[in-house]
Amino acid sequence: MGFSLQFASVFAQGDLILQGILLTIGLSAGAITLGTILAIGLVAAHNLGNRAVAFAVDAYVELLRNTPFLIQLFMIFFGLPLLGFRMSGFEAGLLAMTLNLSAYATEIIRAGVDATHRSQVEAGLSLALSRLQVFRYVVLQPAFAKVWPALSSQFVLMLLASSICSFISVSELSGSAALIEQRTFRSFETYIVVTIAYLCLALLLKLGLAVLGQRLFGRRVRPEPITTITNSAGGA
Amino acid sequence: MTTFGWPEFMFLLRSAGWTLVLTAIAFGIGAVAGGAIAILRLAQNSVLRIIASTYILVIQSIPVLMILLLSYYGLTLVGIKVPPLVAASASLAIYVSAYLAEIWRGAIQAVPMQQWEASASLALSRPQQYRYIILPQALSISLPPTVGFLVQLVKNTSIVSVVGFIELSRAGQLINNATFQPFHVFLVVAVLYFAICFPLSRLSRHLEGVLNVGRSN
Repeated sequence: MGFSLQFASVFAQGDLILQGILLTIGLSAGAITLGTILAIGLVAAHNLGNRAVAFAVDAYVELLRNTPFLIQLFMIFFGLPLLGFRMSGFEAGLLAMTLNLSAYATEIIRAGVDATHRSQVEAGLSLALSRLQVFRYVVLQPAFAKVWPALSSQFVLMLLASSICSFISVSELSGSAALIEQRTFRSFETYIVVTIAYLCLALLLKLGLAVLGQRLFGRRVRPEPITTITNSAGGA
Repeated sequence: MTTFGWPEFMFLLRSAGWTLVLTAIAFGIGAVAGGAIAILRLAQNSVLRIIASTYILVIQSIPVLMILLLSYYGLTLVGIKVPPLVAASASLAIYVSAYLAEIWRGAIQAVPMQQWEASASLALSRPQQYRYIILPQALSISLPPTVGFLVQLVKNTSIVSVVGFIELSRAGQLINNATFQPFHVFLVVAVLYFAICFPLSRLSRHLEGVLNVGRSN
């Protein structure tokens, strides 16, 4: 059962990998931006709207959170064209990722919004801020600062989930991996290279979001010390 | 051309059963491994700690799809032909172990330090501290996020079709290829997933309330 790893033929397809990386970044960046904007709108609608609106937002969030991303992607890619919305794989992927992320982000941001005490809102209103201004400055901004770590993790999960877009033959990173595999028959080597690419992308995104959080909110976002319980409890 | 009817629905229902089986196996194996990694992550030996945290960081930074493909083709490469169910549940178990390890590490650390100190002063050994003092308390803290993670796992089983295992999503694709009624088919598939996941989500939230350990962000 001798075998040897040969990466040369995989690296020969470097342009495909690069194109895949760019497409993955494009999909993720687009979905993160659009999904967060949509989520802010949904949180605002939930908070400022009447009960029917709030229920609709809740239903939207629960429906998307409790079904697999793959099925949402299939519904959009195979289902919508029957209704006359024709779209490319990239567009379908971006739409599915945006909707999926918006549901999770709504839930996360709302947790931060709920943590704002009512007296703060009253204080804002008594300063003659409009309801929208109160939402923007008193509620939303501190909420983002509070939930930034959770939101960052969700963004990273979305980057990883973008790999599922290869199921509808979008040639992002894992889609191009499938192409390279077909050309070179070096399956294992191909997926090792692509996995390392994902690893780098995810770690870079984590780092970037931590730096961004510090810039925006002026404090360290969960420094994650290597804490142990040895110091005070050990030596038994 | 067939249409979406009763036999197709029964096929989907049976496949939903396979989704549950896969979830159970992956969760069972992943939980054992995850528990061990969580304890290693908090070990007194720094080498063990670094190994465990690197494992968690790496697995949490690569897509589940890649874990699946790597273990499938990796095992094939060394000459082991694995049945799809084994390949699928092994890869999902790897994924589960990393996430559960992180959840449970948090739960263990959430137990107040004084509990460690008090039990150490009663001359309990470290395994005894874990067994009698820490883990029983960590268990109730960890329950809501663990059930919440179960929902993620159920949804992530949808991608194991790449190694040829037929569960709910793959069954939906097969029926869609035969009937080309994507809305009907995937709507039913989505409803079945929802029927599995929504009660779990609710249970997780309910437990958060009951155990009064809700994450107050």
